[in-house]
Amino acid sequence: MMAHWLRRNWPLLAAHVGGWYPLASLLLDAGRGRLTANPIQYITLHTGKPALVLLVLCLACTPADRFLALRPALRVRKLLGLYAFGYATLHFLIFSVIDYGLDVSQMLNIVAKKPYALVGFSALLALLPLALTSTRGWQQRLGSTWKKLHRLVYVAGLLAVTHYIWLVKSDVRQPLLWAATVGVLLLARWPAASPLAAATRAWVRRQLTRVP
Amino acid sequence: MQKIRSSEITPAAEYVAYRQTLSRRGLLGALAGVAGGVVAAACAPASSAADVQPAATMAASSTTAPVPTTAAATAAAPAIAATTASAAPNVDELGNSFTDYAAVTGYNNYYEFSTDKEGVAPAAAGFAVEPWTVQVGGLVNKPATFDVGQLRKQFGEEERIYRLRCVEAWSMVIPWQGFQLGKLLQAVEPQAAARYVRFETLLDPERMPGQQQAWYSWPYVEGLRLDEAMHGLTLLATGLYGSALLPQNGAPLRLVTPWKYGFKSIKAIVKIDLVAEQPTSLWMAAAPNEYGFYANVNPQVDHPRWSQASERRIGEFSRRPTLPFNGYADEVAGLYAGMDLQANF
Repeated sequence: MMAHWLRRNWPLLAAHVGGWYPLASLLLDAGRGRLTANPIQYITLHTGKPALVLLVLCLACTPADRFLALRPALRVRKLLGLYAFGYATLHFLIFSVIDYGLDVSQMLNIVAKKPYALVGFSALLALLPLALTSTRGWQQRLGSTWKKLHRLVYVAGLLAVTHYIWLVKSDVRQPLLWAATVGVLLLARWPAASPLAAATRAWVRRQLTRVP
Repeated sequence: MQKIRSSEITPAAEYVAYRQTLSRRGLLGALAGVAGGVVAAACAPASSAADVQPAATMAASSTTAPVPTTAAATAAAPAIAATTASAAPNVDELGNSFTDYAAVTGYNNYYEFSTDKEGVAPAAAGFAVEPWTVQVGGLVNKPATFDVGQLRKQFGEEERIYRLRCVEAWSMVIPWQGFQLGKLLQAVEPQAAARYVRFETLLDPERMPGQQQAWYSWPYVEGLRLDEAMHGLTLLATGLYGSALLPQNGAPLRLVTPWKYGFKSIKAIVKIDLVAEQPTSLWMAAAPNEYGFYANVNPQVDHPRWSQASERRIGEFSRRPTLPFNGYADEVAGLYAGMDLQANF
């Protein structure tokens, strides 16, 4: 029974575990008093990074199906997107409530003057309508608009990696790697990539059927 | 974060005793000043409280008094309230408490060892700082190579409680031990053509694994204008919290310029040269539009990508406003009179 359930639902389980893991490990760090000497910066970074990682994984779902015939990926796309939105919201709340104590003038000053903050905030704003319309009901109500609207997720991805590139002190190699990943995932959606997708998918299927 | 063994932490009582010893020494220095006819009245009230009140504060209360332990010292050393032990124990002259020893020695920016602030101490553990020599040369009459122990013997050791403001908008309050850079520079006799001082960190990718990362142009280089270098606040630190510097804090010898962002405070110095041209620091080379030569703490001049208006003092919850020149404006603003600080960031 359990085995049967797992065989059918392992992608969901993996997505939930992956979605809760960063928060759980942060709470564990807090419980052990291991949030470093600069805890607010630590929790800011450790909610921002999971938001980015989950967003990139979410963006990878469709290409994973198209190029690798990884059908189950489609079942977790929405979940990953919602978890990414959750961490992005937490990240923003830590910045605005804990770090800046809701000092609106100081925050506005920073958001207006500092491109990285503005870009990060825009990424969150881009994700907001997607999270709100993520239910089946909204999907049906919006019809074909829903699909167009949800292409915003790519905008959010690009804004998020830009946010990351702009906030590091100097060594941008890691953020650039994430930016390149988002770029590749975006290119994978290009119509011109379709023949390649068909070819790789057929290849993967052949490999899978060869296994007894 | 690596747990710091309790054996490595200076017991509080020992440290307080150390500070009192310093204060008595400071008192002697101040009395010498009195003998020299510098300040008389200013000293009187404090002498009765010598055990609890480091003498430095009283000397500082007169603008003409030299900083006590440097009575014989250098170059235009102004008497600076900010520099030496303050009235109440374990606070700076603005009443800010010292940052916890564990944070000072466990949360470090030191890319030669690690870009992870909590990873520096473990990566630097066991870094040998003996023997260690510092080559002082360039445009000087008496170039010399000093052993660090010799430097300490020759130029003494005094306590300076300084705020450290990182360019990343966090800060600490640290009780340093060390000597004024000006003393060393005077000893080597700068020539008239010398206008800047250039500092260099050890280059040894074997022992400093971060230097194997090619992103930055190692070794770390920093520079000061000669008048900044001769300024009474500018310290070459050999210790903090009453014991020798640990590797993660820049042992055995680091610069401390408290009115500038922390990255100016170059660590593990092996070379000091007096030069005619403005040196290019590692950070200037890495991002010239973001990190300037002066790097004076200035809440009005933001980093191109983030605000410098406020900071988080390590150990505190709320942000606090950043002070011009990190609170040392009275002492150092004159160095930059007439300069456009927006352009010379």
